[in-house]
Amino acid sequence: MVSQDLYAQLHGVVVKRRGKAVLGPLDLDLLGGGFTIVLGPNGAGKTTLLKVLHGVDRLTSGSVSWTVPAKTVRQGQAYVFQRPIMLRRSVRANLAYPLQLLGLPKAEISARVAHWAARIGLSAELDVPAPRLSGGEQQKLALARALIRRPDTVFLDEPCSNLDGRSTREIEEILRDASAAGARIIMSTHDLGQARRLADRVLFLNKGQLEEQGPADRFFAAPKSPGAIAFLNGDIIE
Amino acid sequence: MIRAILIALTIAGTAASAETLRLAATTSFNNSGLSDVLLPAIAQDTGLDVQLLVVGTGQAIRLGQSGDVDAILVHSKSAELAFVAAGYGSHRREIMYNDFVVIGPSGDPAQVRAATSAIEALQSIASAQATFVSRGDDSGTHRKEMALWTAADHEPADFAAWYREVGAGMGASLNSASAMNAYILADRASWLNFGNKGDLSLLFAGDPALFNQYSYLPVNPERHAHVKAQAAQALENWLVSPRAERIINGYEIGGEALFVFNARP
Amino acid sequence: MSEIWAGMAEAFLLIWSLDADLIDITLRSLQVSLSALVIASALALPLGTWLAIRRFRHRRLVIATMNALMGLPPVVVGLIVYLFLSRTGPFGVLGLLFTPAAMIIAQVIIITPLIASITHQAMRELWSDYHDLLISLNTTHGQRIATLIWDGRRALMTAALAGFGRAIGEVGAIMIVGGNIDHVTRVLTTAIALETGKGDFALALGLGFVLIALSLCVNLAIHTLSRTEREGRW
Repeated sequence: MVSQDLYAQLHGVVVKRRGKAVLGPLDLDLLGGGFTIVLGPNGAGKTTLLKVLHGVDRLTSGSVSWTVPAKTVRQGQAYVFQRPIMLRRSVRANLAYPLQLLGLPKAEISARVAHWAARIGLSAELDVPAPRLSGGEQQKLALARALIRRPDTVFLDEPCSNLDGRSTREIEEILRDASAAGARIIMSTHDLGQARRLADRVLFLNKGQLEEQGPADRFFAAPKSPGAIAFLNGDIIE
Repeated sequence: MIRAILIALTIAGTAASAETLRLAATTSFNNSGLSDVLLPAIAQDTGLDVQLLVVGTGQAIRLGQSGDVDAILVHSKSAELAFVAAGYGSHRREIMYNDFVVIGPSGDPAQVRAATSAIEALQSIASAQATFVSRGDDSGTHRKEMALWTAADHEPADFAAWYREVGAGMGASLNSASAMNAYILADRASWLNFGNKGDLSLLFAGDPALFNQYSYLPVNPERHAHVKAQAAQALENWLVSPRAERIINGYEIGGEALFVFNARP
Repeated sequence: MSEIWAGMAEAFLLIWSLDADLIDITLRSLQVSLSALVIASALALPLGTWLAIRRFRHRRLVIATMNALMGLPPVVVGLIVYLFLSRTGPFGVLGLLFTPAAMIIAQVIIITPLIASITHQAMRELWSDYHDLLISLNTTHGQRIATLIWDGRRALMTAALAGFGRAIGEVGAIMIVGGNIDHVTRVLTTAIALETGKGDFALALGLGFVLIALSLCVNLAIHTLSRTEREGRW
């Protein structure tokens, strides 16, 4: 049920911003399936790594490849940003938007919109302008909007960092359901508790380098790299 | 986009329905109110839709030179003769005349009422240094004013601050004179038709030197092939006709006739 | 002072009785300025949107020029258009001088930079909001433009209204290229100038009230639109 095949490969990837290397040099074989948590302190390059895997960041050097052609890779992916990006439209219109882009028939769109609105508890707010929702509601909406297309891979960039406990729990539930339905979840966080709860595999990033990776239980029980040890210890990493 | 095209077509359509003729005429001609009476009569008798551009004599002449109008009606003989001599106008046809008058504050500090000639009136104003408003716009009225100052041995360029050049048409200049309670040279017709007289009144008139001849000059088709020469000729024929004579001589404001028809057939 | 009251009274009478001259002049004003608005919007809205989302080498220069053109004195535009359309000018053969078409041309030149500039600002802000999302969702170029224009429609309408407000109140350029010919190129603003010059305040005030009413409507519409935008409704 949880596939172990290769999904993406990074070779010698370096990403520089204004002359400074924010990521790399980095090699990675991303094995598909379940929850892959990208862990690390702030500024470690987690967002950059996600964007490279999503195909939206330009590489300074190196290469990234997926098991599907690069041009179509985003069709099967969805991305949830740290701060939810809401279209200045109603909840209903936000949910319908990705499906309209795909040209799906109206009946199908209505059905999926109704399903997901109920799933995130916003059935009564379908006609409310999305920008007026609370932070938690917006992030749930962003997640629903990402999943409504039934992508095979979902990237999430610290989706719960600005949310309260209840919203966090609700989002994690939805993600678990999505994973159970076969989606690959790749999520960054600096919340250790969340990482422990969700991870099947961990990629530990520090200062732009992939310092450690492996199955979650092995990582949390016995971290090997000094950075990971310090991080799990709760030390501040500079 | 479609709406724009429809609107453009409507505009174009309205322009093409009657025969139109563009005539540049002076502000004094329009402000007298005579044009409001003549134009409907012209349309009725000749079917011509005269589009009137009301500008100063100087600009009227320039419009005629560039061929942007089909004919001009102005009142500055020397400029008109030069216009024809240079080949811009085919000929000059005298139509009617009115006179200029000296307007000023009813208190008359320069004692213009007592003058026996136009030149004397202006000399009194200059010696008293009473506020005087000049058209200053190279119009027929302005040129007449300059000619009078010269005849009175004065150089307006040397005048002090009492002499105010406003660079405007007859109505606007009268407005300024009214506001400043100043003296001004105006054509009688515009003065009688002016609605904002304030404290001003007519102080001097009647000197033949204040004679003001209006002439009609069609733009020369040899210079500008596109001008409507036939329509311009039709208008000219009407302007010298007995019907025009009746209307022009009969036009009155407050019981006073303003223009005297003097066209020769 | 009493003259002004008398003028105002007569003005109300003219409006009340729907005076034929007043109607003719008002309709022509609307005809000229609305035509100018349609053409200017057709030029400026795509231009402003395109400038907001495309990166090309001289982009900043183009944007700076567009913003600077907003400061073009309208009367100078009128003079230049006049010189171009006069028989002695390059486009004289078209015979457009002293027609409503010339007035529309002058007004289009005056308001296009304004509409384009406001559009650009609004679209740029919206694009920076939506950028990551629209790229992530794999939108085509056309889909992006459509989304931006639809979601930014209130700002675009505000831009258009601003342009219309500028056009309807303009007098210098259209006086020069239109000639203020009675029943042909006389509009609200030029008629007010003419009647004031003649000392006929009644008609001038009547026209002035109509113009003020039109301007107020435009500005109220802008105000309402920006309020609904901020409150996120509609």
